[in-house]
Amino acid sequence: MDPVLLQADQLPEWTALAPALALGLTGLLLLVLDSIDPNDTRPALLAGVATVGSLAALGLAGWFLSAGTGQPSTNGAIVLYGDALVVDGMALFFQALFASVTALVVVASFDYLRQRAYQAEFYALVMFAATGMALMAAANSLAVAFVALELASLPSYALVAFLKRDSGSVEAGLKYFLIGALSSAVFAFGISLVYAATGSLLLPDVYEALSGDLSGLSGVAAVGILMVAGGFAFKTASVPFHFWAPEAYEGAPAPISGFLSSASKAAGFAVAFRVFVTGFPVDIGIDWVLLFQVLAVVTMTLGNFAAATQEEVKRMLAYSSIGHAGYALIGLAAFTGGAGGNVLGASMAHLLVYGFMNTGAFLFVALAEQWGIGRTFDDYAGLASKAPLASVAMTVFMFSLAGLPPFGGFFSKYFLFAGAVEAGFWWLAAVGAVNSALSLFYYSRVVKALWLDDATSEFELSGTPTALYAAVVFAAVATVLLLPGFPPVIETAQSAAAAILP
Amino acid sequence: MIIEALIGFTFLAALVVMLAPDEYAGKLAFALSLLPVVGSLYMWAGFDAGGNALMAGSIAYQTQLEWMSVAGYELQWFVGVDGISLPLVVLSTVLSSLAIVSAWTPIDTRQSQFYGLMLFMEANLLGVFTALDFFLWFVFWEAVLVPMYFLIGVWGGPRRKYAAIKFFVYTNIASLVMFIGFMALVFNLPVGSFGLPEITQALQAGELSGFVGLDPATLKLVAFVSMFAGFAVKVPVVPFHTWLPDAHVQAPTPVSVMLAGVLLKMGTYALLRFNFTMLPDVGTRPLVAAVIAAVAVISVIYGAMLALAQQDLKRIVAYSSVSSMGYVILGLVAYTGLGIGGATFQMVAHGLISGLMFMAVGVIYNVTHTRMVGDMSGMADRMPITTGILIAGAFGYMGLPLMAGFAAEYFIFQGAFASTVIPSAPLFTAASMFGIVIVAGYLLFAMQRTLFGEFRLDSDYEVHRAAFHDVAPLAVLLLCTIALGVAPDIFFDMITDAIEPVVAVVGGGA
Repeated sequence: MDPVLLQADQLPEWTALAPALALGLTGLLLLVLDSIDPNDTRPALLAGVATVGSLAALGLAGWFLSAGTGQPSTNGAIVLYGDALVVDGMALFFQALFASVTALVVVASFDYLRQRAYQAEFYALVMFAATGMALMAAANSLAVAFVALELASLPSYALVAFLKRDSGSVEAGLKYFLIGALSSAVFAFGISLVYAATGSLLLPDVYEALSGDLSGLSGVAAVGILMVAGGFAFKTASVPFHFWAPEAYEGAPAPISGFLSSASKAAGFAVAFRVFVTGFPVDIGIDWVLLFQVLAVVTMTLGNFAAATQEEVKRMLAYSSIGHAGYALIGLAAFTGGAGGNVLGASMAHLLVYGFMNTGAFLFVALAEQWGIGRTFDDYAGLASKAPLASVAMTVFMFSLAGLPPFGGFFSKYFLFAGAVEAGFWWLAAVGAVNSALSLFYYSRVVKALWLDDATSEFELSGTPTALYAAVVFAAVATVLLLPGFPPVIETAQSAAAAILP
Repeated sequence: MIIEALIGFTFLAALVVMLAPDEYAGKLAFALSLLPVVGSLYMWAGFDAGGNALMAGSIAYQTQLEWMSVAGYELQWFVGVDGISLPLVVLSTVLSSLAIVSAWTPIDTRQSQFYGLMLFMEANLLGVFTALDFFLWFVFWEAVLVPMYFLIGVWGGPRRKYAAIKFFVYTNIASLVMFIGFMALVFNLPVGSFGLPEITQALQAGELSGFVGLDPATLKLVAFVSMFAGFAVKVPVVPFHTWLPDAHVQAPTPVSVMLAGVLLKMGTYALLRFNFTMLPDVGTRPLVAAVIAAVAVISVIYGAMLALAQQDLKRIVAYSSVSSMGYVILGLVAYTGLGIGGATFQMVAHGLISGLMFMAVGVIYNVTHTRMVGDMSGMADRMPITTGILIAGAFGYMGLPLMAGFAAEYFIFQGAFASTVIPSAPLFTAASMFGIVIVAGYLLFAMQRTLFGEFRLDSDYEVHRAAFHDVAPLAVLLLCTIALGVAPDIFFDMITDAIEPVVAVVGGGA
């Protein structure tokens, strides 16, 4: 097959959106299926359609990536719809990430949802959220970024509150919704201020206008940028907009916690990377790089320390995901140092690995919820003797999250910190490394509980949910192999990141 | 390709054993572990490399492939052996097999996981001693921790969880400190590779640039200190040794054997490769050398004194490791052919002898279910063969001639005495030699009280002779110890060959 098959002169340009379209159409198809027979009791069909849809999106994104669609090797980024959407290496990279996390989550949900109502709605909401994320990655205009962010967020609110008989879930959904609505308002106001100062919503135009003379409006633009940053901090669960995250992740169904803490967070980063790097020059009104440096340090430190004090595994994972947002922020915080593509790409690669290891960890929690064995570290004691395979997978996730070699998490963190050092921000890397070493403490508590502790009470595991197991094991394999086994992953990420630098 | 085959086969064997039923796991693991032994002996037989792998010497069984290229730095799959690593590779395979046999009696739960983890650890140890790319090496180095954590934490004694976590956290933080020290060098070299030979040669060509206000010399010192601190925990050197007695006492016998026999050598091997080979100009600064020599002497004496104070046979052997590894450090910092050569030789010798001692204590424990010196006496009557081997091993530890320990310690003392690097080297050497007296003291004292005299045992167990498979590994180790003692040339020639370039940089004598 011709490696540059999907070029403008061979296929219509809009087909470059195929990964996002595949996700959206699958969501619609699920709704259609549900309306044909609302009482359909064949969850396998719904889960199957959702899985096939997300795998199709993954396949398309992967194919485009390897074919070089929208990348410098083949005429550069494909810009669509009055420049509002852009498909380039970074968009495709993130779309592949979202699609793979979505696939994991829908496969795992098949068992998790077995006894619950509204399955079609559940899958459809997941697919719509994923569509929103895919569009976030491709947004080239502040307006599209906002709409896509809302498209990703609204289904998420509903998904968090999906266990409607569980007061924790409903409360979490409400909190998430209220804070989300507030931050959306802040974000929208920020956009309008930027628009007021620059007269454009398209990122390249904004960049140009901000670089030129703003005739006294640079203060307005600075406040706008600050507010936009606030919106992203919410979406990525970065300090100081992180309060919702532990509540929401804890209350939500565990597969959704995984989905939110990896895919949704990565989507926040995708749009933040693009908006800040291609839209806002560094030296205008506000030094947003400094802002992200502060955010990165505070976020990773606070997330890690809070995670260390938790008694429940799910809450620990929630706080640790705040810590990881701090690592990913290094991508933005260090990108001005002349090694921008490398460190930004390393951030993307970290988010990709994180997508597997963190989703996997939450899926393991889902497995435990399924078995009804409680949520604290002590409840997990001795689980390895009953479920060795899943425990091996969980061990892989924990050690990878802590950054031990030879797992993917070690490599992605290393590339990230090395990129920061290369860019001259060695103190950022040092804070990251120290945090990373500390995190081993609480991650290894899970491992200790699983393997070393004796069970406090006799428990019988109710069966082996095949799909959930498959998803957990697959995520573990991906965590081990993704970076060390496939060097092109990091190379793709770095070249994609380098391409969006101004 | 033989190194890849060895590592790959051992990983595969670990997986197979992990899936095997518990009844066969031990025998199967032993059978599978023989192939790496044969492989490493084959490597030894066909070994034809000269010089130091890091200093433009030829490398045996070398493979160098690009792995990935990130941010201008190339990561490689780069393995090979020289005269320093080959003896340790042979030691790892032989000791792993014997440790597996010695586990047949004491390990009675979750056998397939136990033996699988032992083989998994062996594969990573082979990686540590053969990898010549820093990144690859670090992956293997850290991957050793994971099986060790489980081996201590699941199959260990009453305080196993505490010991396992202490071990894990201590050594992991040490790795991080070392990692940062090494990265400080790499990022300021114009090499663009993590290959240890390239980095060594660039460092010695003086291509290091400064970093945030540190001039190259200071940067080297910082990196040296940071790497030394990291490796010192692994060795372990006083005052970083506190994890070791905990880990040793709680670990089951075969795991103690691996811990003392091979894992501690990772630390000294890395010190030799990284600190003393890459940064000889720092290691030979009088102040640095004096501090290291002092630390070494303190480790020797303090470790031995601690051993003297113990009542638990296993603790005695455990603390004595601190003492023996102190000799290795002294030999390394001497920067003479005999000093560094003797230190390398001592790594192998101590691996064999400490393995022997731990196994012998394990055999006694299997039979008596106590390790307390005060709880037994006259064991020689009931367990004559084990007793004989244990005494022979203890003599080896004390450094009696014609045993590997004697050769190693003699080389080290000779080398350290003649050192031009350590200020007032004879003084340090003489001080460290007191260690021998204390070693003889605690070993003879413990032997005397447990093995000889009237038979007495304060425990309810029927004492019977140890099984053949319990004693056989002891005999093999004893034979190896004697063989190395009678003919140190078996390894010493290739070691000398590999360390000559290191010594030549400093201009030290033989």
